[in-house]
Amino acid sequence: MTTGKIKKQLTTTMIYFFLVLIAITCIYPILWIIMASLNPGTSLFGTTLIPDQLSTIHYVTLFTEHNFGLWYRNTLNIAFWTMITSVVLVIPTAYVLSQFRFKGRKTTMMTMLVLQMFPGFMSMIAIFLLLLQLRLLDTHLGLILVYSGGAIPFGSWLVKGYFDGLPRSLSEAAKLDGAGNMTVFTRIMLPLSTPIITFVALSNFIAPWMDFILARLVLRSEERKTLAIGLFEMVTGHMHTEFTMFAAGSVMVAVPITILFIILQKFVVQGLAEGASKI
Amino acid sequence: MNQHSTKSSVLSVLYSGLGQIYNGQYVKGVLFALLHTLFIFLMLPSVSGSLLGLFTLGDTPQKIVSGKVVHGDHSIFMMIYGIVAFLVLLVFLAFYIFNIIDAKKTGKMRDHGNPITDFRTSIKNILEKGFPYVLLSPAVLFTIFLTVTPLLFGILIAFTNYSAPHHLPPRSLVDWVGFRNFIDLIEMPFLRGTFLGVALWTFIWAIVATVTTFFGGLIVAVIINRHGIKLKRFWRTIYVLPWAMPGFISILIMRNMFNAQFGPINQYLEFIGLSAIPWFAEVGWARVTAIIVNLWMGFPYFMAMMSGVIAGISKELYEAADIDGANPRQQFWKITVPLVLYMTAPLLIMGFAFNFNNFALIYLLSGGGPAVPGYFYAGGTDILISWIFKLTLEQGQFHLASTVSIIIFIFIACISIYNFRNTRSFKEEGMIQ
Repeated sequence: MTTGKIKKQLTTTMIYFFLVLIAITCIYPILWIIMASLNPGTSLFGTTLIPDQLSTIHYVTLFTEHNFGLWYRNTLNIAFWTMITSVVLVIPTAYVLSQFRFKGRKTTMMTMLVLQMFPGFMSMIAIFLLLLQLRLLDTHLGLILVYSGGAIPFGSWLVKGYFDGLPRSLSEAAKLDGAGNMTVFTRIMLPLSTPIITFVALSNFIAPWMDFILARLVLRSEERKTLAIGLFEMVTGHMHTEFTMFAAGSVMVAVPITILFIILQKFVVQGLAEGASKI
Repeated sequence: MNQHSTKSSVLSVLYSGLGQIYNGQYVKGVLFALLHTLFIFLMLPSVSGSLLGLFTLGDTPQKIVSGKVVHGDHSIFMMIYGIVAFLVLLVFLAFYIFNIIDAKKTGKMRDHGNPITDFRTSIKNILEKGFPYVLLSPAVLFTIFLTVTPLLFGILIAFTNYSAPHHLPPRSLVDWVGFRNFIDLIEMPFLRGTFLGVALWTFIWAIVATVTTFFGGLIVAVIINRHGIKLKRFWRTIYVLPWAMPGFISILIMRNMFNAQFGPINQYLEFIGLSAIPWFAEVGWARVTAIIVNLWMGFPYFMAMMSGVIAGISKELYEAADIDGANPRQQFWKITVPLVLYMTAPLLIMGFAFNFNNFALIYLLSGGGPAVPGYFYAGGTDILISWIFKLTLEQGQFHLASTVSIIIFIFIACISIYNFRNTRSFKEEGMIQ
């Protein structure tokens, strides 16, 4: 072997070593939490990566001692309707901003841009008071409205970037053939924009699983809680006494969301890349 | 010559719809007049009352008369009502002005001898020409109600003394104080110290957190995309995991992994003979911990974005460079890095803006702690946004929280507007038309 070849092999080995090292860093915390959830003990202290015995007790007690099933249903419900509402609000807005030239268009766009930059809970007290006045406090509807409203500015900008990339000749040709605005929108633009619709839908579906600040502000009662609030209270409320229970809950939440995310990851990256390279 | 247009607009100024009726558009005219009447009789009384309330913020404090609570004015509700009334008034004014313009337009058509449009055609016109506005209106209504109103409220709070313990409705009234809070933030030593300290750390945090994840992602993406690396998809899928996990769960897991007493990281450190590290107990270490955790959570995002960009770089570029005798290192620095930077620069700035307000990471990981002597309700890892959160929800210092929010907003807004103005879509706007 020549020195060049040896050097090359050494580099390759180094690279694989590096890749494995990063892979371990990525996987270890996940593995650890899965093992923790299978530990028979309850506290962080007794948790080891390879426990003496495995037990599924925490997965059972999640449902018997906590309202885990109920939290799950609540979150699913909120996530679903947030997804629907925000898609219905975002897509037409973005379409109009992208394809039409009308008075106030630039102002609308700049306003949207500026609005999404305000620190979210600068408006929290006011949202709280408004929902209180409308008797929407501690209801899922209130939370869904807040989420969907918050999704409009950023989502519109992102989707507008996507629509900008669609050829205008298509819609112009259709209009020459006598198609109205609504027809062009539903028959031509919507089918072409499945990727970005998927992206907006997915990201708004996932958001309620992650958020606990707004959820905590709006939802008060035990039976309306979402998963994020429930899990957060498990590790911060007491002295880590429910750590393994939290681990089990985390696994139950993270597994479906992570799988969903990885399956649609390509979509997400495409959507982000296309939107981002244009905005 | 202009008599119809002048007459109809004057009539519409007097009362909405009159001009339209004069022009012979009876249905439209009656509809407009009806809207105007509805506003005057149903809404005007409460609107004007609420606007007055916005001005005074109430003058009757709550009293206790012979053991019973007599409710006074609730300044904060009055403020919210005032803002809503203000927006309602704006909507009405917009309608009113539209009505005048419309009457004038139709009048002009008559002046020129053109036939006036009947009601059905008007509706059709609205649907076609006003199509953008029709589609926009739900989003605009949502935004006005759920974003603009709360924000106006948030901004106004900064100019009041709304705070615990002395100015907290319904027990007591809130008053306008002008720029007092902004001045206090600069002049009061304990406030200034906290504000400057927290702001400085926020900047360092936002810059370091963004740069580490950006270059972490870049390095990994470049390595995975090298010639001859096998199982590219396998590696990529593994590395995406931290990004794919729900963020708050990752952070809470990390909070436990770095637990100084029982966490596995310190246990391993002790196992190999090193001393345990106070991950959250010392300010310096707590900040390092936050950066490490952020790197773990954040690099996959940039890796995924950059992988696409790198895979998309034309092979011919590298072949040409090969022919010109450039070695791999030169190819990396002269081709890959500039192209990736060019394509992802907006993401870098967005990342900065995101980290600047990365509340969840700080609050869930360390709760802002450890305590720093002399800080006003803030800890060593608190960034401005988490400080605001504590001021608002934990301490009831709404006036200060709003003041700091406004400062953050101005800063972030400048960056983002600069960023967007410099990106392609805004520049190319003109070309699409």
